[in-house]
Amino acid sequence: MTSAVLQVSDLRVTYYTDSGRTKAVDGVNLTLYAGERLGLVGESGCGKSTMALSLMRMIKPPGRIESGSAIVGDENDNIDMLKLNEEEMLQARLSRIAYIPQGAMNSLNPVMRIGTQMMDAIQAHIPRATKTEMKERAEASLESVELKRSVFNMYPHELSGGMKQRVCIAIGILLSPKVIIADEPTSALDVVVQRQVMETICKVQEKIGAAVILIGHDMGLMCQITNRVAVMYAGKLVELSTVREMFTDPMHPYAKALIASLPNLENKGVFQGIPGLAPSLLKLPSGCVFHPRCQYAMDVCKTTTPEQAVTSSGRYVYCHLYGKAGQPLPGTPLTKSEATNY
Amino acid sequence: MAIALQSTIGGPSQRTLVMRYLRRNKSLAVGLIIVIFLLVFSIGGSLVMDTGKLAYPLAVAPLQPPGGEYPLGTDKDGRDLLAVMIRGVLLTGAIGVMAGTVGIVVGVVLGFLAGYFGGAFDMVVRWVTEVLLTIPGLILLIIIAGTIVDKNQVSVFTMAAVTSILAWVGPTRVVRAQVLTMKERTFVSIAKLSGMGNMEIIFKELMPNMLPFLVASFVAQVMGAIYASFGLEALGLGPAREPTIGMTIRWAVFHSAMFNQWWWWLLWPVVAMVLIFASLSLINVGLDEVANPRVRRTE
Amino acid sequence: MRLGYILRRFLFLIFVMWTAATVLFLIPRMSRVNPIRERFAALARSTGYSPKDLESIIASYELKFGLDKPLPQQYVEYMGSVLRGDLGVSLMAYPKPVTELIGEALPWTIGLLGVTTVLTFLIGTVIGALAGWPRSPKWVKGMVPPLMILAAIPPYILGLLLVYFIGFRLKLLPMGSAYSAGLTKDWSIPFILDVVTHAILPAMSLILGSVGFWALGMRGMGVTIQGEDYVNFAEHKGLKPGRIFYWYYVRNAILPQVTSLALAFGGIISAGVLVEGLYGFPGIGSTLGAAILANDYFVIYGIGYITVVAVAVSMLMVDLLYPLLDPRIRYGKK
Repeated sequence: MTSAVLQVSDLRVTYYTDSGRTKAVDGVNLTLYAGERLGLVGESGCGKSTMALSLMRMIKPPGRIESGSAIVGDENDNIDMLKLNEEEMLQARLSRIAYIPQGAMNSLNPVMRIGTQMMDAIQAHIPRATKTEMKERAEASLESVELKRSVFNMYPHELSGGMKQRVCIAIGILLSPKVIIADEPTSALDVVVQRQVMETICKVQEKIGAAVILIGHDMGLMCQITNRVAVMYAGKLVELSTVREMFTDPMHPYAKALIASLPNLENKGVFQGIPGLAPSLLKLPSGCVFHPRCQYAMDVCKTTTPEQAVTSSGRYVYCHLYGKAGQPLPGTPLTKSEATNY
Repeated sequence: MAIALQSTIGGPSQRTLVMRYLRRNKSLAVGLIIVIFLLVFSIGGSLVMDTGKLAYPLAVAPLQPPGGEYPLGTDKDGRDLLAVMIRGVLLTGAIGVMAGTVGIVVGVVLGFLAGYFGGAFDMVVRWVTEVLLTIPGLILLIIIAGTIVDKNQVSVFTMAAVTSILAWVGPTRVVRAQVLTMKERTFVSIAKLSGMGNMEIIFKELMPNMLPFLVASFVAQVMGAIYASFGLEALGLGPAREPTIGMTIRWAVFHSAMFNQWWWWLLWPVVAMVLIFASLSLINVGLDEVANPRVRRTE
Repeated sequence: MRLGYILRRFLFLIFVMWTAATVLFLIPRMSRVNPIRERFAALARSTGYSPKDLESIIASYELKFGLDKPLPQQYVEYMGSVLRGDLGVSLMAYPKPVTELIGEALPWTIGLLGVTTVLTFLIGTVIGALAGWPRSPKWVKGMVPPLMILAAIPPYILGLLLVYFIGFRLKLLPMGSAYSAGLTKDWSIPFILDVVTHAILPAMSLILGSVGFWALGMRGMGVTIQGEDYVNFAEHKGLKPGRIFYWYYVRNAILPQVTSLALAFGGIISAGVLVEGLYGFPGIGSTLGAAILANDYFVIYGIGYITVVAVAVSMLMVDLLYPLLDPRIRYGKK
C-alpha cells in the first residue's frame, strides 16, 4: 500500500456564537494516501468546508480548532499543521497543502496581474528566487493547466470563469504540494467547463503526485473522479469507503439514503428524498446525530455515540448497526428488514 | 394556561428587544439620547421661559457673565443667553426638519419615478443630480441667498426654503439606486406576476424595504440643511432678527466676543452646535448599521 | 486607456461649466433685486448721493453692462465674454476686473485647500485602513469614533475653538491673516516660514474636521474587503500579513475612497470658504465674504463660477487618475 500523506485524527472545530457553541467538526479521523483522490460529500452546513479550512489553519474567530492533529507528509518528512507556529504555518500553506477555493470568480485580486499574483505566492515561499525563475515557474504552471503563457500578463477581469478557476489551480500547484484541497471548485461554472476543469485537476494532480480532497455534493462527479468517498453529517464523518463500495453497498443509513436519492436509469421518475431536515448544529440530537431521521434507529442510538468500525477492506463506518470489524450485527432493524426483503 | 404564562415570561417584549438592540448599536443610542435631551431642553424651556421676549435684543441687561439671575449670561444686545439657547435649538432644528422633509418628499417622488419607470425622465434626473453634485452646494446657496433674497427680510422660513433647494439631491439618488436594485429582485417579479399594479408594488413592496434608507437619508438631509444654514449665517446671510444658534455664533464673532473676554456668548452656541451635529451624525452612523448589515462590526 | 472614457469625462466637464455659466446668467435676471441699483443704493445711504444722480448712474451702468438689450442677445454676449475669461468688473474695487480680484486670491486658496485635502485624505485613509484591519492594536480602532464626532462638526466651529485655545489663550500660533504685517511678499525662507505658521490653524480646522470622514469610509470598505474571496485566497497562498495588507486589502479598499474624493471637492471648497473668512486668510473665501457685505454681485458670481470650474477640473483630474488604480476601468468593460 502507498504511504499516507495526510493523517487527520480527532479533529474538532467549535464556533462560539451568541446563541451558543456549535461543533462544526466533531472528532474526524481520516487518512489520505499519496496519489489518491478522496471525495468529501454531505449536505450544506455539515462541516465539509470547515474541515478543509481547519486543515489550512484558516479558521477565524469566533471559530476555534479545539483539538486534533493533521499530519501532512510521509514518514520521512512530515509536519502537523495544527501544531506549527505562525511563521511555519504560513510556509506550509501552498508548499505542503494547497487550497483551491470555491468562489473562483472572486478569488483573484482584481487590481493585480495574474503573473504578479503567482509570483507573490512563489516569493513568499522561495525568497531567493529570481524574477526570471519565478516567471518561468508561473508560466509553466499556467501551461500545465492548459492556459496560454500570455495569461501571465493579464488581469482577472479579462478571463472567463473557467480560465479564472484554472488560474487558481495553477496557483495551487505552483509549489508541488503533497495535498490539494479543492472546495467545490466547479460550482460556479457551466456543465461543460466543469468537466474540463475537473479533468485538468486530475491531470495536474497525477503529474505532481499529490493527493486530492475534492469537496462537493455532486455525487455523479464524485463517482467518476474519486477513488474513495467520505460522507459527513452534522460535523461528523459517518462513512468512508471506496467509490465502488459506496455506490453499490453503502453501509451507514445516511449514506444509504444519500445513494438511494440519486436518480438513475432504473428508478427514473421516482425521487427518494431523505425524510426530515438536517439538524441545527446548535441543537444536535443526543447519541448518534442521525437517529431522528434514521429508518433503522434503535434505542441505543438515542443515547450512545457510535464508535468507529473498520472493515477488513479499510472502510470506516460510525453506526450501531455494525460491530467493531464492520460486520452487520444480528438482530438490528437492518438485518431484519433485509431478511424480509430477500 | 401554563403555555400562556410561559410566553409572557419567556418572550421578551417589543420594548426589551428595542432596548437590547440599542445596547448593541451604541451610536444610535447615544445619538437618540442627545436628541431627546435637546428636545426636552428646547420644548420644555419654551414652556417655562418667555423666550419670545427674552431671546431678543434689549430684553435684559447686556454682557452679564453667567450666574445669578442669568445662568448662561447675556449678550451685548441684551438677550438672555439661556432663552437664546432654548429658542435657538428650536429654530435651528426647525430649519433642518423643514428642509429635510421637503428633501425627502421630493427625493422619494423623483427617485421612484426615475428608478421605477426609467426612460428619458430618468436620464434627466440622473444628469441634473450629477451636475448638482459637482457644484459646491454652499456656494450655490450663497449666490441664491445673497442675490435673490432681500438680505433684510430673511426669516427662518426663508432659510428652510433656501436650504431645501439642494436637500432633494441626496434622497433622489439614494431612492433611485435602491429602486433600481430592488426592481430586479424576485419579490417584485412575484408581485408583478400576481397582478399587482405599479403603485401597489411601489407602496406595498418597495417602500417598506426602503424605510431604513429613507430614515438615514432624512437625518442626513436635516444635518446638511443645518450645516448649510449655518454656513449662510456665518457669512451674514442668515435671519438677522432671529436667535438661531448660527446667528448667535455670527453675532459673537462679529462683536469679537472672544477677544473681549465675553467667552460665554460664544461658548453656549458652540456647545449647542456640537451637540446637534454630533447627535445627528451618531444617529446616521447607527442607522447605516441598520440599513447595511454588511458594515456591522463584530466587536 | 480608453479614449471614450476620457472623452466622456471631458464632455461632462464642459457640460458642467456651461450649466454653471447659464445658471449664473439666469439667477440675477430672475431676481427682483437689481444688483447695480442695490449697490448704488447702499453707496447712497453711506455717502449721500441724490436719488436723481443715482438713477442716471444706474442707467449708464446698465448700458455699459448691456442690460438694456434683449435677453437672447445678452446671453450670447455673456457667453462670449465668459469664454474669453471676462467675468465683469468688481463694484467694490471698481474698476478692477473680477478675474484679477479672483486671481490674487486663488493661489492662497489652492495652496491651503490643496495641502489640507491631500493630508486629510492620506491621514484619514491610513487610520481607517488600520482601524479595519483585525491585527491592529486596540487604540488604533478606538481612534475612529472620536474622529467621526469631529467630522460631524463644521470646520468653522472647530476653527473657533482652535483660535480660542491655541491662538488666544495659549498664544502658540498666529490667529489671523496669512502672513505678519510688515513682511515683504517674496520667496525668502523667513516669509515662507511665516506663511506656514499662519496657515497651521486654518489647516488644522479643516483637517480635524474631515479626517474622520475618510477614516470611517475606509474602515467600512476595509471590513467589506476582508470578506472577499481574494483576500482569503491570498491567506491560503501563505502570504505574509504585510503583503496582504497593502496589495490585497488597501489597494482594493481605496478605490471607492478615490471616487468619494472626486465627489468631496464641492464640500471641501464650501468648508474652505467659511474657514478662510474666520481667519481672514486672503483667499477667495475672504474675498467672497467681503463681496457679500459690499453687495458686489459680479464678484459673487465670478467666485461662484470659478469654484464650479475648480471642482469640475479637480473631479476630472481624479477621474483621469482613477484608471491607473483600477485596471477594470483602464481597459473598459468587454
